[in-house]
Amino acid sequence: MHKIVSRRVLGQRVVELEVEAPAMSKKAQAGQFFILRIDETGERIPLTFAGWDPEAGTIMMAFLPIGKTTNHLASLKVGDSIRDIAGPMGEPTHLEKYGHVVFLGGGVGTAEALPVARALRQAGNKVTVIQGARNEDLLMYEDELAAESDQLLIATDDGSKGYHGFGLDLLMKMIEDGEQIDMVHTIGPAIMMKMTAEKTRPHGIHTVASLNPIMMDGTGMCGACRVMVDGETKFGCVDGPEFDAHKVDWDLLMIRQTTYKPEEEASNERFKKIQEKGCECEPASDPDSKVKEVAGN
Amino acid sequence: MSDVSNNGGAAKPKPSKLNPNVVPMPEQDAKVRAGNFDEVPTGYTMEMAQEEASRCLQCKNEPCRPGCPVEVPIKDFIGLLRDGDPIAAANKIKETNNLPAICGRVCPQEEQCQAPCVVGKKGDPVSIGALERFVADYQRDHGDHDAAIELPESTGKKVAIIGAGPAGLTAAADLAMIGHSVTVYEALHAPGGVLAYGIPRFRLPQAVVDSEVEMIKKLGVNIEYNAVIGKLFTIDELVDELGFDACFIGTGAGLPAFANIPGENLNGVYSANELLTRVNLMKAYQFPEFDTPIKPHNKVVVLGAGNTAMDCARTSLRLGAEVTLVYRRSEAEMTARIDELHHAKEEGVDFQLLTNPVEVIGEDGWVKAVKVQKMELGEPDDSGRRRPVPIPDSEYEIEADAFVVAIGTSVNPLVPNSTKNLDLNKWGYILADPSTGATSKPGVYAGGDIVTGAATVITAMGAGKDAAVAINRYLGGPEPEVAEPEEEVGTA
Ligand SMILES: Cc1cc2nc3c(=O)[nH]c(=O)nc-3n(C[C@H](O)[C@H](O)[C@H](O)COP(=O)(O)OP(=O)(O)OC[C@H]3O[C@@H](n4cnc5c(N)ncnc54)[C@H](O)[C@@H]3O)c2cc1C
Ligand SMILES: Cc1cc2nc3c(=O)[nH]c(=O)nc-3n(C[C@H](O)[C@H](O)[C@H](O)COP(=O)(O)OP(=O)(O)OC[C@H]3O[C@@H](n4cnc5c(N)ncnc54)[C@H](O)[C@@H]3O)c2cc1C
Ligand code: FES
Repeated sequence: MHKIVSRRVLGQRVVELEVEAPAMSKKAQAGQFFILRIDETGERIPLTFAGWDPEAGTIMMAFLPIGKTTNHLASLKVGDSIRDIAGPMGEPTHLEKYGHVVFLGGGVGTAEALPVARALRQAGNKVTVIQGARNEDLLMYEDELAAESDQLLIATDDGSKGYHGFGLDLLMKMIEDGEQIDMVHTIGPAIMMKMTAEKTRPHGIHTVASLNPIMMDGTGMCGACRVMVDGETKFGCVDGPEFDAHKVDWDLLMIRQTTYKPEEEASNERFKKIQEKGCECEPASDPDSKVKEVAGN
Repeated sequence: MSDVSNNGGAAKPKPSKLNPNVVPMPEQDAKVRAGNFDEVPTGYTMEMAQEEASRCLQCKNEPCRPGCPVEVPIKDFIGLLRDGDPIAAANKIKETNNLPAICGRVCPQEEQCQAPCVVGKKGDPVSIGALERFVADYQRDHGDHDAAIELPESTGKKVAIIGAGPAGLTAAADLAMIGHSVTVYEALHAPGGVLAYGIPRFRLPQAVVDSEVEMIKKLGVNIEYNAVIGKLFTIDELVDELGFDACFIGTGAGLPAFANIPGENLNGVYSANELLTRVNLMKAYQFPEFDTPIKPHNKVVVLGAGNTAMDCARTSLRLGAEVTLVYRRSEAEMTARIDELHHAKEEGVDFQLLTNPVEVIGEDGWVKAVKVQKMELGEPDDSGRRRPVPIPDSEYEIEADAFVVAIGTSVNPLVPNSTKNLDLNKWGYILADPSTGATSKPGVYAGGDIVTGAATVITAMGAGKDAAVAINRYLGGPEPEVAEPEEEVGTA
């Protein structure tokens, strides 16, 4: 069990939870993720480490409530517990001194920006963070990112804050202005990452994308997370989540992400109804669950 | 104890005329069961079990016993059962096998203990598996399992077990029984390995797995879930930093293989592991009460010929689909347990053998059909089996909206690749001494599918047992007491 020790709303909608996970907090690295299951009937979903604190023995997550599981997660309060968290999963961000790195985060993808920007900077890079969101309400970690990067640029689709347009437009402008860019690290909706890859390709800028296929175990056991990179099948959870954006089969990723759309919608509707009725939607704690958490100890 | 009271007649202890036919185990009707996830064979009654037990000739030389990878004292347990003491019979099995309710259900008895059965020379062999299942279930339902287990004195030694599959759980139980402090690290949120995520509930009910795991926990074994070794801790850290005196690696062969044909990443193509894990571990068949979804498919093509393929086919049937199973060789080469093959046929799986898929055809990103090719058997290959060769111009399409690939698994490199000085074979499996599980790294042992490649529950358990003996020796622990006059338990 992983107790929630703090809960914040970033901007207006993104929820940040800090939960106890002592062992994991000492192992997490930038770009990695974990898999959680809220309770006995829950599904396993992947979330990026938004941060970790080895001293406090906690990890941070930031997410937008969009479906059943993220809505359920958002409804939890300080003192509540998450039943299972497994990680760290995936390969960490590859770190080297590139020169000038642009981190382009779209939507809730910016959740991983802080640790990744920090690590890239520690590796000796100049780091520009571009945070794009639909509107001002969905922005997150502005102060922290301003402090952890050399430059923070904001773009909103509706112009409610910062540049009026896409984060990718800002990146293109930098390229057109002849700014030296040695690497682009992008994370966000697949369509945004695809477009980013298409725009940086002609300029020969090495571009890495953190992919978000549907996952289940996160250990390489099921293959639900299959992606195609350079014509080869890879498992997003263990081979990734970061891949060379110029080699990713983006259309495949986008199609595979929609596999369970009707089921996800039904599940979310059902959850909302149960919540509105205010009934105890979760079975009382499972009597024979003597689960001892490694990370919860 | 009372005699065999079969057939209502006045049974005599003398071997009356031996019934050449096995006492059949009652089953759910094929049509009914194809629509539920309840167990298919419903089990013997006491009368049936005793009648079947009385078919055993109690051969002095016990030809059946060496057929069992852990050498269960088969003659003795059947004798105890025949004499009316199923609990003593269950305890007899447990002298060499901690998981009889599981083995009784999933072992390939027809190739193991039942193959050398003398009764089988003229008629059906004694149904040893069914009897094993009966006594284990009887003990679970009526038994003395609440009786306090005498925990041995602690040796002060700590052993880490990686993976809570049959290999790991067996090693854990045996080491705990000697008095070592045992922690099992399991990557998933539940114990059992393939028993939990792979083998379906209609073959192995959850309660059976749970109660066997409960027994192991009662021995003082601590199971830490969500602990992915290689990520959360490495083996080296377990030894150097967490103070474990020895480790046993039983992480299985969990990486799914695909057929490497075009179209395999379409929506609706699953590895066997994905389909089975969604359904068994995540309970997707109870969606939306359980959050994990599974698509309601209409026509499923399953590729494969082993237990896994049968499990996928029968699971898909239960989810409401029509199922076709394709395999490039013939029935004689299929590796599934004979029961599973029969059950799959009875339930209505359409077997298209000597048929090999060459492409998954899609439409808008989803599976639409599977293109297959007819095969014929040619010259024997390296494995001695006749090699299937394609028949020219024999391709045709099977309409389908899902394709499940059940052609085996390979090693998951997480542990092997994160452990220093651990020798691997060319496929990445851990090199370990077949009789002790010792690896190239002192104090680190391995067994089960991670060493042998995909095999069976009982061989994984046997490896766990052998390694427990070796680990205990390595730790200088007390030699375990042997209740019976010592019998030579070799390592086959
Ligand atoms: C490596 C990785 C890191 C991620 N990090 C974050 C993060 O830090 N913050 C965040 O808000 N989101 C993150 N996501 C996405 C997040 O996992 C999904 O949004 C989440 O599973 C949605 O669940 P839901 O029930 O709330 O929504 P649903 O209604 O079930 O789904 C909404 C969308 O999420 C995707 N999704 C659904 N189930 C899964 C699943 N099991 N695995 C992956 N994607 C799924 C689908 O594409 C779907 O369109 C990450 C995904 C991956 C693969
Ligand atoms: C669908 C299916 C049906 C089968 N049917 C039969 C049958 O009828 N009869 C039969 O005898 N055999 C059957 N088998 C084969 C049998 O299940 C396996 O041979 C046996 O389970 C192997 O046991 P194991 O302990 O070596 O590994 P597994 O059962 O695979 O267990 C390994 C465990 O280790 C965990 N693990 C993996 N990596 C890590 C890590 N890095 N850190 C921590 N934990 C980790 C896994 O999550 C898993 O719980 C079947 C297999 C499958 C897939
Ligand atoms: S999520 Fe199962 S293999 Fe990647």
